[in-house]
Amino acid sequence: MAAPFSAEQQKRFDEEMERYLARFPEGRKAAAILPGLHLVQDLVGWVPPEAMVQVAQKCQSTPERVREVATFYVMYFLQPKGKHVIDVCTNISCSLRGAEPLIEHLEKTLDVHMGETTKDGMFTLREFECLGACGNAPVLQVDSRFHMNMTLKKADQLVDDLRKQAAKKA
Amino acid sequence: MAERLLTKNWFQPNGRSLSFYKQNGGMESLKKVLQMKPADVTAEVKKSNLRGRGGAGFPTGMKWSFVPNVEGPKYLCINADESEPGTFKDRYIIEQDPHSLMEGIAIASWALGVHTCYIYIRGEYLEQAEILEKAIAECYEAGIFGKSVLDSGWALDVYVHRGAGAYICGEETALLNSLEGWKGWPRLKPPFPAVKGLFGAPTVVNNVETINTLPLIFRMGAEDYAKLGTDKSGGTKLISISGHVAKPGVYEIPMKTSYLDIIHKPEYGGGVPGGRKVKAVIPGGSSAPILAANELDVWAEFEALKAKDNMAGSGAIVVMDESTCMVRALWRVTKFYAEESCGQCTPCREGTPWMERILRKIEEGQGEPKDLTLLLSVVNSIAPYPPIGLGTTICALGDAAALPVHSYVAKFRHEFEQHINEHRCPFPHPFGILADEGVRA
Repeated sequence: MAAPFSAEQQKRFDEEMERYLARFPEGRKAAAILPGLHLVQDLVGWVPPEAMVQVAQKCQSTPERVREVATFYVMYFLQPKGKHVIDVCTNISCSLRGAEPLIEHLEKTLDVHMGETTKDGMFTLREFECLGACGNAPVLQVDSRFHMNMTLKKADQLVDDLRKQAAKKA
Repeated sequence: MAERLLTKNWFQPNGRSLSFYKQNGGMESLKKVLQMKPADVTAEVKKSNLRGRGGAGFPTGMKWSFVPNVEGPKYLCINADESEPGTFKDRYIIEQDPHSLMEGIAIASWALGVHTCYIYIRGEYLEQAEILEKAIAECYEAGIFGKSVLDSGWALDVYVHRGAGAYICGEETALLNSLEGWKGWPRLKPPFPAVKGLFGAPTVVNNVETINTLPLIFRMGAEDYAKLGTDKSGGTKLISISGHVAKPGVYEIPMKTSYLDIIHKPEYGGGVPGGRKVKAVIPGGSSAPILAANELDVWAEFEALKAKDNMAGSGAIVVMDESTCMVRALWRVTKFYAEESCGQCTPCREGTPWMERILRKIEEGQGEPKDLTLLLSVVNSIAPYPPIGLGTTICALGDAAALPVHSYVAKFRHEFEQHINEHRCPFPHPFGILADEGVRA
């Protein structure tokens, strides 16, 4: 089985897992599965099956159980995603404040449908359930960071800024 | 405007720091509590008439008193899995006054004889989890958490535990399963968590706002706190208001405040933009039965709503103005429950997507007269109504999905029939004029 991590990532994974495992009593180390999966995703951008095996070993659990958990929660990506994930809330409060036109606009601008990743691999666009920022609707998150009181103009600006950032780094 | 008690520290520069919190009287309640016997602390909380702010409104002191006095570990879990659509008050507490929550955690842990507390926070609240981590670190450094809380000799560890995107994990037994590293499937009760909770040990699960209120109770005294509220529900509470109002946000209100006042008063919602009239209001999160415009002269608190077979829930108020299509609104609310059903119980797993499909069909102009009958038959198989609580599922998500369907159809039946008869949605702006205006500005 291919190694899921680089040597440096492996070191961080091992260290951070120790920190999480210490929080739970003996015989209950499986409680670190959710933090472990978050950690994997932070390190490699998604949750490859090989990493699930490692999480299972650390948590004294089985790859089957880790996979069951990973497939239940929507925040874990089971295949590679775009560099940035845009989650647009479309629940009731955001819809009452314009989530539908916002989504339509983003689909057109990025040339993708909901759930898809742009051809250049920059953005994954998703429809998301209530993000808990209804007082600043419509809202979206980029990589779990809030952007509130969105307008079509602000969405354009946001996409533009992220593209510029990426170009600078490249 | 009523005095701000819970929110007195909000929106201050440097308000998240422990030094700010202490300068404004913070941690004094904890010092007081550490001089009391744990059982007396619980007795005070009972006297305060504090009721859980997560949605069910269960008396907090009573919940605590169910924890058996046995040897071995016990746990406190803070429910920060704030996911009920329309609710965002706990996020404000974490962002604006995290150390009030920290002090509350220490107070509750002392009362319950707990040495380990987990704050289970929804995964999407990443920045908020970071704020909590920082507040916890400050508390360890100041000796408020750790091996000897304020030199009392009593140890307390506090950890943040992030969820990963599942509404169901706000249900307390699903939360416990998720924390243990399982998928978030609710447990059959009994046994209740107080007896057999996290890792099989006695556990109390309390909402963020509930715990955040404890420092206030011990600052002003349980009796005075109780007097602020109604006979059965003490204190003030936070409401989250959103949708078609001028000033959406979180406000601290006296219990005896009507929905009319919350929506229209300038210090709260500030009325409906564009001079439009209110058509309908979600009174306590999207799971609550909807209120029509002529039902709003009622206090936004547990007992007043219960008397009307409704619920104050998490205090999430969503306002829809007269330009809103109630079929579209119900379809969107139902789509949420279809998405979030955990899949454990058949009526909910199969019923919620079925209702969503019927509603979409009606909204898209393809509805037939028999569809309304079918919709009501499906919803009755999940949970008949009234009263609330007749659900056929392990947890209340079934009820939560059913209550909107029952109430929207009962109160706005003519709109559903109009869609079916005219084979179209008659509303030019189905989510309201504001939905199309603001975002294009």
